[in-house]
Amino acid sequence: MSNHQSLSSSPRFHPVSAPDFLPGEQLRSLQLHRLKSMVQLAYDHVPLFRSRMEERSLTPAAVRTLSDIELLPFTVKSDLRDTYPFGLFARPMKDIVRLHASSGTTGKPIVVAYTKNDLQVWTNVMTRSFAACGVHEGDIVQNAYGYGLFTGGLGAHYGAEALGATVIPISGGNTQRQLMVMKDFGVTAICCTPSYFLHLLDQAAESGVDLEKLALRAGIFGAEPWTESMRQRIQALSGIKAYDIYGLSEIVGPGVAMECHCQCGPHIFEDYFYPEIIDPQTGKVLQDEEEGELVLTTLSKEAMPMLRYRTRDITALTRQQCECGRSLRRIKRISRRSDDMFIIRGVNVYPSQIESALLKVEGALPHYQIVLSRERDLDIMEVQVEVTPEVFSDTVGALERLQGQLSKSIEITVGLHANVRLVQPRAIQRSEGKAKRVIDQRKL
Amino acid sequence: MKVKQLSVFLENKPGTLSRPVQILAQGRVNILTLCLADTSNFGILRLILRDWETAKSLLEAQGFIVKETDILVVEVPNKPGGLADILEVITQAGLNVEYMYGFTVKNENRALLAFRFADPDAAGVALAKAGINTVKASQLFQAMVG
Repeated sequence: MSNHQSLSSSPRFHPVSAPDFLPGEQLRSLQLHRLKSMVQLAYDHVPLFRSRMEERSLTPAAVRTLSDIELLPFTVKSDLRDTYPFGLFARPMKDIVRLHASSGTTGKPIVVAYTKNDLQVWTNVMTRSFAACGVHEGDIVQNAYGYGLFTGGLGAHYGAEALGATVIPISGGNTQRQLMVMKDFGVTAICCTPSYFLHLLDQAAESGVDLEKLALRAGIFGAEPWTESMRQRIQALSGIKAYDIYGLSEIVGPGVAMECHCQCGPHIFEDYFYPEIIDPQTGKVLQDEEEGELVLTTLSKEAMPMLRYRTRDITALTRQQCECGRSLRRIKRISRRSDDMFIIRGVNVYPSQIESALLKVEGALPHYQIVLSRERDLDIMEVQVEVTPEVFSDTVGALERLQGQLSKSIEITVGLHANVRLVQPRAIQRSEGKAKRVIDQRKL
Repeated sequence: MKVKQLSVFLENKPGTLSRPVQILAQGRVNILTLCLADTSNFGILRLILRDWETAKSLLEAQGFIVKETDILVVEVPNKPGGLADILEVITQAGLNVEYMYGFTVKNENRALLAFRFADPDAAGVALAKAGINTVKASQLFQAMVG
């Protein structure tokens, strides 16, 4: 592996990362080979894919080059709901060794399936994810993603274990126990949502635990959109490096893309997942560097192939060479999802815009919630922000100034007035998983 | 002769004042006086107590944000113009008052003013020069029980 060693500026190169450095030509021919089998499998065994291709008079033979993927129809989340529970499976249940399900915020959950090979691929990409950010054998990994139907827990678990790290399957919740384990077991890396980690930081400060004195050095954070300013805030408060991991259960779970030690956006494991960026309005495929909706096609999934799945995540692909030497393209940090967007007084707003506006103000306040209401046919946006000891001043004027600065920063960012309301610490409900940023009380 | 004061951040909604007061009652901490500054959005509860360190840790343990500040307490002479004279000294000395509030101590028949100056040390010197004595913490809490 000495040739790979030289490609990587990472202090330790793990052999499992070898495919990350495949030359572009080899990568593309592998993708094409896998894409053809995937389309054949979907056509042969999944009635929905077959009928949609037939509507367009397509057979699997139509896919001769990678760009022919654009001929294929998109798949959307409601397709998974409409075929609940097993309608998109391409294999009989005897070949399926695992089921997961995502929490359905509205109605039924969506169910995803894995064969033995699918689980191996998932473990492979998760192992490469950990290796990319410098987690290795000997590391002690506190896995605070929820175990169960959610893919986060088991995905991270098997990846870290296969790498040879020591896994603590603590799952989410019980913050005091998390802190005790982190300290007493000498944890060096943690996996959880960024908002839960902030909650852990608060609790640590309250219990007098100084994270800077602990062995913890890396956080693998994902499962919800977060901003670069939030990363800076987390790193400044904890002294650890915070890495962005990306994934979704419809495709595999966590491990679709992961940041390397350069922290400049997640690399997509393109040998298993084929990415496209489209204009969410027209469906037109966009060029690298252009921002749009991420669309993913699985290239090896047997139990549940997914063709051109619209993720609703807004990002851009970049081909710019990363310093780590990986040939895998990167996605820009995903800080918004097209379905997180809310419309207020006719303006489209993403929670991440509010987050970055708040973090621009001195003494950044990480805990916030957006409450939408309607008074006499007028939309009202209230942004509740928790006060921290650092920003609390005992004069009314200073707090009103802070309120005004926050409100102004939001107004500059989204062009709308928001009532900023300072609230007591922990007034905003904490989530052990994904943070709930918007409460819409409007009755439309 | 600075005296410690605690400031506690409160949301402006029903019941928020009673919680810190209850916490202090359960911790058997006696409050000498309190004052509430409020806006439509939030409030700041200011407390003067002898065991301010105990009070601070009790409140912080319950998740409140508490800040300690130095204030000066001045006794107002019981005669017409007593308050005006003090304010005149402050104005002449160019002292910046962030806020002030008045209170009395039970059974002592004394009127007291709590001043939060931008620079409490400079204010103490200026007041002393004008012959106005600030009250020491020990004198303030003399009459307190518990």
